[in-house]
Amino acid sequence: MSQSVKTFGLFGLVALLILGTGFVQSWNSALLILNMGLVSALMALGVNLQWGFAGLFNVGVMGFVALGGLATVVIAMPPVRAAWAAGASGVLAALAVGALTLALAVWVTRRMARGWPRALVSLSVLVAGFVIYRALFDPAVAEIERIDPALTGYLGGLGLPVVLAWPVGGLLAAGAAWVIGKTALGLRSDYLAIATLGIAEIIIAVLKNEDWLARGVKNVIGLPRPVPYEIDLQNDPAFVERATGLGIDVTTASTLYVKLGYGLMFAVVLIGVLVLAQLALSSPWGRMMRAIRDNEVAARAMGKDVTARHLQVFVLGSAICGVAGAMMTTLDGQLTPASYQPLRYTFLIWVMVIVGGSGNNFGAVLGGFLIWFLWVQVEPIGAAVIDLVTSGMADGSWLKAHLQGSVQHMRLLTMGVILLLVLRFAPRGLLPER
Amino acid sequence: MDILNALVVLANFVLIPAIAYGAQLALGALGVTLIYGILRFSNFAHGDTMAFGAMVTILVTWALQGWGVSLGPLPTALLALPFGILGCMALVLLTDRLVYRFYRAQRVKPVILVIVSMGVMFVYNGVVRFVIGADDQRFADGERFIISVRDFKALTGLEEGLGIRTTQGLTVVTAVITVALLFWFLNRTRTGKSMRAYSDNEDLALLSGINPERVVMITWLLVATLATIAGTLYGLDKTFKPFTYFQLLLPVFASAIVGGLGSPVGAIAGGFVIAFSEVGITYAWKKVAEYLLPEAWEPDSLLQLLGTDYKFAVSFVILVIVLLIRPTGLFKGKSV
Repeated sequence: MSQSVKTFGLFGLVALLILGTGFVQSWNSALLILNMGLVSALMALGVNLQWGFAGLFNVGVMGFVALGGLATVVIAMPPVRAAWAAGASGVLAALAVGALTLALAVWVTRRMARGWPRALVSLSVLVAGFVIYRALFDPAVAEIERIDPALTGYLGGLGLPVVLAWPVGGLLAAGAAWVIGKTALGLRSDYLAIATLGIAEIIIAVLKNEDWLARGVKNVIGLPRPVPYEIDLQNDPAFVERATGLGIDVTTASTLYVKLGYGLMFAVVLIGVLVLAQLALSSPWGRMMRAIRDNEVAARAMGKDVTARHLQVFVLGSAICGVAGAMMTTLDGQLTPASYQPLRYTFLIWVMVIVGGSGNNFGAVLGGFLIWFLWVQVEPIGAAVIDLVTSGMADGSWLKAHLQGSVQHMRLLTMGVILLLVLRFAPRGLLPER
Repeated sequence: MDILNALVVLANFVLIPAIAYGAQLALGALGVTLIYGILRFSNFAHGDTMAFGAMVTILVTWALQGWGVSLGPLPTALLALPFGILGCMALVLLTDRLVYRFYRAQRVKPVILVIVSMGVMFVYNGVVRFVIGADDQRFADGERFIISVRDFKALTGLEEGLGIRTTQGLTVVTAVITVALLFWFLNRTRTGKSMRAYSDNEDLALLSGINPERVVMITWLLVATLATIAGTLYGLDKTFKPFTYFQLLLPVFASAIVGGLGSPVGAIAGGFVIAFSEVGITYAWKKVAEYLLPEAWEPDSLLQLLGTDYKFAVSFVILVIVLLIRPTGLFKGKSV
């Protein structure tokens, strides 16, 4: 079977699965799976760029996704004028001092000769900078968080259209990736893994604790939407007329309309990125990346700047994850930092890439859809299996209750088994690299 | 100035918790470092291996408690620990047989093994949550304190009290015994020496007739033992929650890398470095400063460098500093 037939076949299978969900369960759940599948596919493309093209092991996807989420708040929420007046200048000044301190410390370490004096000077620069930073930062934050803490208590955003947050989310993630890449790339691959794992946890900790930025665990809800609200559609006579003309219940029609709107926007982004990634893969740049991945020493001998190329592709891949994260938060309509879990946002994306086929863009997209579908559907399937297994047991028995209560944990188990099976029996994924 | 009270405060809130936490991290990091030295990959499933071992221990503890067995002042979990270790050994040996051995025979790149360990992590995580649930579990019993704050105050007449929990004392004692046994095993026994030989130079070890499969099996047995002890001690001292164990991965890896991957002494040093910095940087030093500084200088802020929620940031920053300045770690580890 040729590769393109296989590609069509597998994508057809995914389409059938989603359509099947529509017929069996409901069209709303089918569209929900489709929308999150589009977002997941985008994340998988980002990871595939890093791992599949360049062999970089990034397990900090969650952090970049969360930065994208932060971008939606910063861009789209209306500004809280009182908070800006009270503490914005203080916070900005503090952040500027912090950045200056770091820059100065780096400058000192670059300029001075190695030895104790250098360590002492750079350490004192850091300590002094930290003290000034805290002195400016703490009172300003207290001022901001005092303003109507039940509703705002944060700076708010810029009040711009939410779609603008998508590229900005990419930029934020790219910035973070540049900093990490500068420090951790060029070291061993495992070290990059640990470094990215750590930075992701730190980003989540910042989101959870810096209430002035995005309200922390109090969450930001009611993000502006790029599509109309269901209730407005239901009150729009033209829409009601069209819905009844199609023979669909108006409430259902409005929810479907909104989800389709999201789906179209996501699809445009995904196809755009996919086309770009595909062009990149077959370009001289893509060949160079693969050459570096397959034999770093040889590529270096041919005059390729391996570290710079690694940094480049790491930043690009992370930016794509940031865009996907902003899209996801837009779809959710809220930013809930506590919901970011590494198993879901980092390792699940890795399962998608590995199962789909690393190094193949279509494979990553396929993996995104397929694994997301399974992630959603394993729970009802697992529940059915458990019901079947426990049907013979007496009602009220301890084991039966325990098994039925544990259905939700089937997901992790299934994903692990799928990953291990694919790695063992089809190590190059469903759609191998050509 | 009141140096004595300041010291007591320092010991109560920084030294003792950090020593206990450091011992737990060191045991975890020893497991990571052993796998790295012998099997040559970073095992992402280690946190969940710890969780599995601790879970078996907890289940046996509950059974023992149900039968009315107890150790008096000591936690019953100590009695259950050997069963936990056996359970964990069975699990890792089974995993090695079903999963890792295939890749070892193929001599795949280490990074592939890391990805494989990610899959194993998912499975362990799922199994643990499936059996015991995702919530907090308490299983500590026996005497709560070796010496409580109130007793200490009555005993010494000091203003500040020093409390030592049984679990903290137990952690340190158990860790010392475990580490002593481990080092005796690695340095004095024939098997231990063959393990170190295998770690130092695989080809030479094979040439000398060392059976690699046996070395790998012994390694897994040691790792299971260390992971279960570390997991159980952490659970006793704090609380058992599967997700916390997954999050322990970062400080545990940081400890192993800071000490030098592949170096057992380094893992222990790294564990304490990470623990002391985490506790020290997230502790509010106001009280200590109040006792040490003259009244006029007393600070009005808490003197807390970072909020406790940023403790991951601390291990991370130390990790980055060590990687930048000395990539092989404090004690020359491997750098493949």
